[in-house]
Amino acid sequence: MTQPNRIAGGQIDRTRTLRFTFDGIPYTGHPGDTLASALLANGVRLMGRSFKYHRPRGPISAGSEEPNALVELRSGARQEPNTRATVAELFDGLEAKSQNRWPSLRLDAMAINDRLNAFFTAGFYYKTFMWPRSFWERVYEPMIRRAAGLGSVSREEDPDAYDKGFLHCDLLVIGAGPAGLMAALTAGRAGRRVILADEDFRMGGRLNAETFAIGNTAGADWAAATVAELASMPHVRLMTRTAVIGAFDHGIYGAVERVSDHLAVPPPGKPRQILWRIYSQRAILAGGATERPIAFANNDRPGIMLAGALRAYANRWGVAAGQRVAVFTNNDDGLRTAADLKAKGVEVVAVIDSRKGEVVIDTRGRLGLKAITIRDGAGRTRSFSVEALGVSGGWNPNVNIHSHHRARPVWDAAIAAFVPGPEGPPGLLVAGAAAGVLSTHGALRTGCDAARAALDLTGAAPDLPQAEDAPVRISPLWHVDHGRGRAWIDQQNDVTVKDVKLAKQENFTSVEHLKRYTTLGMATDQGKTGNVIGLAIMAELTGRSIPETGTTIYRPPYTPVALGTLAGRSRGKEFKPYRLTPSHYWAQEQGAVFVEVGMWLRTQWIPKAGETEWRQSVDREVLATRKSVGICDVTTLGKIDIQGTDAGAFLDRVYANTFSTLPVGKCRYGLMLREDGIVFDDGTTARLGEHEYVMTTTTANAVAVFRHLEFCRQCLWPEMDVQLISTTEAWAQFSVAGPNARKLLEKVVDQDISDAAFPYMAAGNITVCGGLRARLFRISFSGELAYEIAVPTRYGDALLREMLARGAEFDPIVYGTEALGVMRVEKGHVAGGELNGQSTALNMGLGRMVSKKKDSIGMVLSQREGLTDPEGYRLVGVKPVDRNGKLTAGSHFLEKGAAPVAANDLGWLTSKVYSPHLGHDIALGYLKAGDRRIGQRMRAVNLLSGQDTEVEILSPHMFDPEGERLRG
Amino acid sequence: MIIPHPILGPRDAQEFVYLGDASLIDRPDGMTAGIEEFHDYLYQRTNPAGEHQELWYHEQGDRSWLVVTRNTVTHEILKVELARDVARARGRTK
Repeated sequence: MTQPNRIAGGQIDRTRTLRFTFDGIPYTGHPGDTLASALLANGVRLMGRSFKYHRPRGPISAGSEEPNALVELRSGARQEPNTRATVAELFDGLEAKSQNRWPSLRLDAMAINDRLNAFFTAGFYYKTFMWPRSFWERVYEPMIRRAAGLGSVSREEDPDAYDKGFLHCDLLVIGAGPAGLMAALTAGRAGRRVILADEDFRMGGRLNAETFAIGNTAGADWAAATVAELASMPHVRLMTRTAVIGAFDHGIYGAVERVSDHLAVPPPGKPRQILWRIYSQRAILAGGATERPIAFANNDRPGIMLAGALRAYANRWGVAAGQRVAVFTNNDDGLRTAADLKAKGVEVVAVIDSRKGEVVIDTRGRLGLKAITIRDGAGRTRSFSVEALGVSGGWNPNVNIHSHHRARPVWDAAIAAFVPGPEGPPGLLVAGAAAGVLSTHGALRTGCDAARAALDLTGAAPDLPQAEDAPVRISPLWHVDHGRGRAWIDQQNDVTVKDVKLAKQENFTSVEHLKRYTTLGMATDQGKTGNVIGLAIMAELTGRSIPETGTTIYRPPYTPVALGTLAGRSRGKEFKPYRLTPSHYWAQEQGAVFVEVGMWLRTQWIPKAGETEWRQSVDREVLATRKSVGICDVTTLGKIDIQGTDAGAFLDRVYANTFSTLPVGKCRYGLMLREDGIVFDDGTTARLGEHEYVMTTTTANAVAVFRHLEFCRQCLWPEMDVQLISTTEAWAQFSVAGPNARKLLEKVVDQDISDAAFPYMAAGNITVCGGLRARLFRISFSGELAYEIAVPTRYGDALLREMLARGAEFDPIVYGTEALGVMRVEKGHVAGGELNGQSTALNMGLGRMVSKKKDSIGMVLSQREGLTDPEGYRLVGVKPVDRNGKLTAGSHFLEKGAAPVAANDLGWLTSKVYSPHLGHDIALGYLKAGDRRIGQRMRAVNLLSGQDTEVEILSPHMFDPEGERLRG
Repeated sequence: MIIPHPILGPRDAQEFVYLGDASLIDRPDGMTAGIEEFHDYLYQRTNPAGEHQELWYHEQGDRSWLVVTRNTVTHEILKVELARDVARARGRTK
């Protein structure tokens, strides 16, 4: 297989041949090639179709600024859309496909859009898809969605891993061209910790693309030697394939390292990419400059590219983009392309220099450039047959990262470009072409100076090697006004000069309006090649200068970042951490079903053989508990040890009710409010000693309550002698509930726990199994005679097994969160559905718990008018009048006969369960003036599920309202 | 962001939980202040573009509540104190 456009030279390894396919056709390239350079070497210029008009397109650049050559790489689960062929490193076996075309790249049916371009001007969407309104969702949106977007996704799970990493350095150098290399070298030789990052797989920047010498060596060789010296320094970290994507606060930079993108499959144990967070003392932006084109009619044909890119393909990759080429420039740098190509034996048929009055006015070639038409200084036109045209409109410093803190670049007329202004991220210096210093010598000098300034290096500046120091000679030309042909500015979003004119005509003249109205610069390349031309043309049209017109600024990321890279390892089961309860392994042995509760995995129910439906298991667990005894792992509830001489007084202030009067050895239900008077959390708190309490919180609020208590302790009452520590993970805690709870516990507890010795609401330190320290609380969430017993976490599993074994005669069962929920609804205890962050103690029927005799968080604001409305919501119990009737949590209360509209809404069902004991559905709910509606009949209406059930309002205490069982 | 913790040195902001305006320290006494005063305490905040005193909690660290003086426009951190010290200095010692 031949590569017809491969010429001599370049930094590719010709001893090895790599095979790859593009749209199924096999080609060859060499190590060191990008997909774009390899395709060009094979004579392939057409690589994609444009977004809107489906115009045939090829690469215009040789770097990450590429707007056109977006392709799909790989297949199957690793298929990746919208990859820039200009930075995709070639590997053996690479499969690439073109995008946004049907049925093929050469013959694309949607190219009809190009013929209809008169309709697709700026603002097309806003003007066209307006009427009729009923078409918005049914017709227009699906149509636009089908037509929009470029590549496609595999819809398969990404098989590769993505990591996140953290790095620290004295100096981060962004970009490894001459300025960046010199900065890193200066800092490295001074012994500082340096990170040098470059998005390219080969360091050297433009030195690899130019024929300049540095000192006595070729620029690319000087770069390689410098990299070798840096690599020998243990305190310097060289990061190729690493794009710094953003400048964040306090010297923190984000970077994406493409660890394995250049390989068919990541090596074992290696991630595909790493998202780095780099903590730098100082940073230097040496990101170079990006060439910009000149707009002229039909300037988007494959084969027309930036002059510097044409030169880079020839010098770095040994590729002539065409056998006959021409160059169109408004500055001296463009002339280098003509000289370099001639030196490589490529036929340069014309050099069109706008400074001599010569311009390109049109081009031909449907699927690739065939000819250009020029107009000379005397107004005569001529055509040349060419395969490639290099265009140079000047170079824009890559100011992007410098403006990530909203710093506005300033216009530098000498180079006709925006350069970094005096503001910018603190600690960030700019060097080389990024600072508007466009010569090689200038890059070396400013790179060295920046490193010395950033690190406060003293002593004489080192001698710099000799290097090219040509002045910038440019006469700005933004577009060629000739004829009716469309002239492209932003090739990725298909924005033309005509669109800018329309924006001006419709008075969208500010740069921000220009951007939004025409979509200029809003594509994935962020307008790296097109923005400045667009706003310069707007400046011309409005008669303002470019500084007066101004520029939009840039946000991170500098180059597109895959969502998988941002997610890192946080996906699937690893999306967030999860914690296992002490009984987890036991439950797993029993085939338990688990549920995520906050960060915990809790047992939801444990099916027994023959049970085919979850309700069978849950009903059995409830009935067995109420009949004999059930055990539930309640370790997940928050536990906070509170000690100190002011512990009681502290609790009085954080709980709405009083705890300082609680006797030692007792516990009490506590209600905690937020300062706005809404219920925050609840739980039981026990007094284990004169100055020692242990608080429990709900599972969901364990972290938030602890944080709140620390706030109260440190910020509100710093004088109090009180200490807090979270012991949630330190104690395994089980609820043991049911008529035989005490009998079972007597099998493991060493002390007397008879009703007389350990009455209802008793709490204390005990021992179990012959001496293991433990805590026992006689509290009940289920309404049964119940205890909670706690042992150090590592004994949790053993205690559970011991209780089941020693208490086997009572047929104990272990119940999960569903059975727990059933029993607490039966008893009218509030939980998640009721503790909804909008409800007051009064709403819950606990209004009298809020003591007015002492100051506590939320006490004052709980008395606000709106929260004390006697007609407000009250907690009620609910059952269907027909015992077979179904209830659904979320259904709304309505009077009989009332229309199901918001105005008639009287409240809602907060929690619903099936009560196996009562034999029908029951629910809790908030009902307006519910305390005065006990015994009334109304409706629970659910418009989503179509339910309309007649219900009876009950006291929330639907099971054993007198509490005889729990005192038993 | 990096918060220079007065005890632990520079720490990544990810280790902290943000609460809001440090005026939350100035809680009125519930036995003497009424609803109006509590309302102002809880809901009336200045929202400066510039220097702002705010409460941060070192949850993934030593559990200190800090008062961080930060420029909300530039994110420059001008001062960091233990909230306990600030509270005491503001006379919360009764």
